Amino acid sequence: MAEVLRLEGIRKSYNVGTPVETEVLHGIDLSIQSGDFLALMGPSGSGKSTLLNIIGLLDRPTAGKLVIDGHDTGALGDAALTKLRGQTIGFVFQYHYLISAFTALENVMMPMLVDRGHPDDEMQARAAALIDRVGLSRWANNSASNMSGGQQQRVAIARALAMNPNLVLADEPTGNLDTHSAEAVFALMREINRERGTTFLMVTHNPGLAERCDRIIEVVDGKVA
Amino acid sequence: MKRWLPFEWIAAVRFLLDGALQTLVIVGGIAIGVGVIVFMSAMLSGLQANFIKRVLTSQPHIQLVPPDQVARPLRDEAGTFEAATVQRPTQRLISINQWPKIRAEMQTRPDVINAAATASGSALALRGDASRAITLNGIEPDIYFKIVKVPDYMVAGDSQITTEGILIGTELARDLGAVLGDKIIVNTPIAGSRILTINGIFDLGNKGANQRTTFVRLRNAQSMLGLIGGVTSIDLTVNDIYNADVIAKEIQAMLPVKAESWISTNAQFFTAVQAQQNSNTLIRLFVGLSVAFGIAAVLIVSVIQRSKDIGILRAMGTRREQILRMFLIQGGLLAFVGALIGSALGALALIMWHRYARQVDGSELFPLILETRLFVMASVLATATGIAAAIAPALRAARLDPVVAIRG
Ligand SMILES: Nc1ncnc2c1ncn2[C@@H]1O[C@H](COP(=O)(O)OP(=O)(O)OP(=O)(O)O)[C@@H](O)[C@H]1O
Ligand SMILES: [Mg+2]
Repeated sequence: MAEVLRLEGIRKSYNVGTPVETEVLHGIDLSIQSGDFLALMGPSGSGKSTLLNIIGLLDRPTAGKLVIDGHDTGALGDAALTKLRGQTIGFVFQYHYLISAFTALENVMMPMLVDRGHPDDEMQARAAALIDRVGLSRWANNSASNMSGGQQQRVAIARALAMNPNLVLADEPTGNLDTHSAEAVFALMREINRERGTTFLMVTHNPGLAERCDRIIEVVDGKVA
Repeated sequence: MKRWLPFEWIAAVRFLLDGALQTLVIVGGIAIGVGVIVFMSAMLSGLQANFIKRVLTSQPHIQLVPPDQVARPLRDEAGTFEAATVQRPTQRLISINQWPKIRAEMQTRPDVINAAATASGSALALRGDASRAITLNGIEPDIYFKIVKVPDYMVAGDSQITTEGILIGTELARDLGAVLGDKIIVNTPIAGSRILTINGIFDLGNKGANQRTTFVRLRNAQSMLGLIGGVTSIDLTVNDIYNADVIAKEIQAMLPVKAESWISTNAQFFTAVQAQQNSNTLIRLFVGLSVAFGIAAVLIVSVIQRSKDIGILRAMGTRREQILRMFLIQGGLLAFVGALIGSALGALALIMWHRYARQVDGSELFPLILETRLFVMASVLATATGIAAAIAPALRAARLDPVVAIRG
């Protein structure tokens, strides 16, 4: 299996250079293989979101090496990181962050639109297919603000898949949902993982869901336990 | 989504439509500001045009008169001393030297359209017990009426002047109790009394002018004023009225005459226009500033409100420049739409004002001048202001750290 991601000695400190400088991640080594479905667990404040943001190229580590798809990201500038992020990583956040000014379908089109600059038929068709895949065809033209939490999260999953990324990062995607919706969202991710071989890294506090993942990575006090 | 629109435009329009109330309020504010500017500017240029039209149909663009007469004491002769003070001579009524030659020369100039010779002087108009001081203008009607549009101002009779006829103003007619066809006595020191028939009565729209100005045939005036064969002024119209000053200077430098342009004789008007324009500029500047601050304030709020959207857009690969452009476009769009509505409002207000605000005599207060240029300028300037005002909020949005925005 190909390696999607490799972390070597990743450290992250906040407030660098000030008296309140604190190191949150103390040297994390991690390797994720293509097609993995991983749970990232750990107590609150242990640094899970921090780690996910670094992996997702939203934040830079203070030290260490992060290799994504064979690219050593430490050497890349801001623009290159943005491009790599758009093309290889999909995000699903806890608070189903759809853009309320757009419809569900348009939200799914958005990553492709951002990448190509202009709308076209192909991206519209692809977005419609993804919406269909997450079972929301009937809601495609609804504004994001008119949908339930579970529905929004399913749209967010469809959106995360829009650019056909190797890796989907999900930070507590079910954390804000009732058990029933949480189960549906988790099941959807798992199915997509099996169907398409998309790699998932999911932060969760739910041991029941974590057990059903391929592997559980425990983060305790900024280290992989 | 519109196929032809790029991502930044689509997002900008959607964000504006999504915050409809905010958008509406700020567009309303911009529209009022632009409307006021458009209304004010158009009315001002209307009033100005009106004044200029009035001035230029009742006086020549350039008037050539004999140079001032100065005292030239004899000196350097044995036994003569120059007096300590030289008394200024009285300005006698004298003719322009070699005026036919000067006029011919004027007529050959490409920038001069008409040149009319006129003999003017003071006289006394008498009828019954009434007597009034008047200015007797001896004219060649054919050419002169092309310069001063007396025929347009006739209220009685017509502008044909017979050999023993005279045109007088409404005020003089009232003062003398005379009507069309009446005879009046015109008295000059040199020729004594002459009886002239009133051929027509005019209203130049100015009481003083209506009281004093009279027109007779050039030959009549010449004989009555003791200027046989002479003229006191040559009146010109030129092709470019705003260049009259320059042309006048040129003529004066070339010929032994004094040349006065309408610009120098109406200097006060131009000072007033300048002052008006200065205050106008100041008003525009402040309206522009408040529009800019309004747009900036709305967009700053919008950046804060949409920080999560911006964070998520950044997370899915949106570049900083795209976010920057998105907000600059919003600023420009707000201002542009506001300017369009404002231009329409301003034009509407102008049309209403033009219809209902009238002079005492019911004629229009100012001509309705709706120049495309004004609207284009207003829209372009407003849009530029909007984009400029959006710079700070747009930079703020572009610099937003997606991690912070998403953690929110
Ligand atoms: N921008 C920041 N500046 C300073 N400290 C921060 C910042 N972001 C996070 N931290 C700190 O880093 C630590 C790890 O935070 P992080 O959000 O990664 O934890 P987490 O494991 O995701 O917790 P939770 O399960 O509650 O989401 C916490 O102590 C937090 O206070
Ligand atoms: Mg977290």
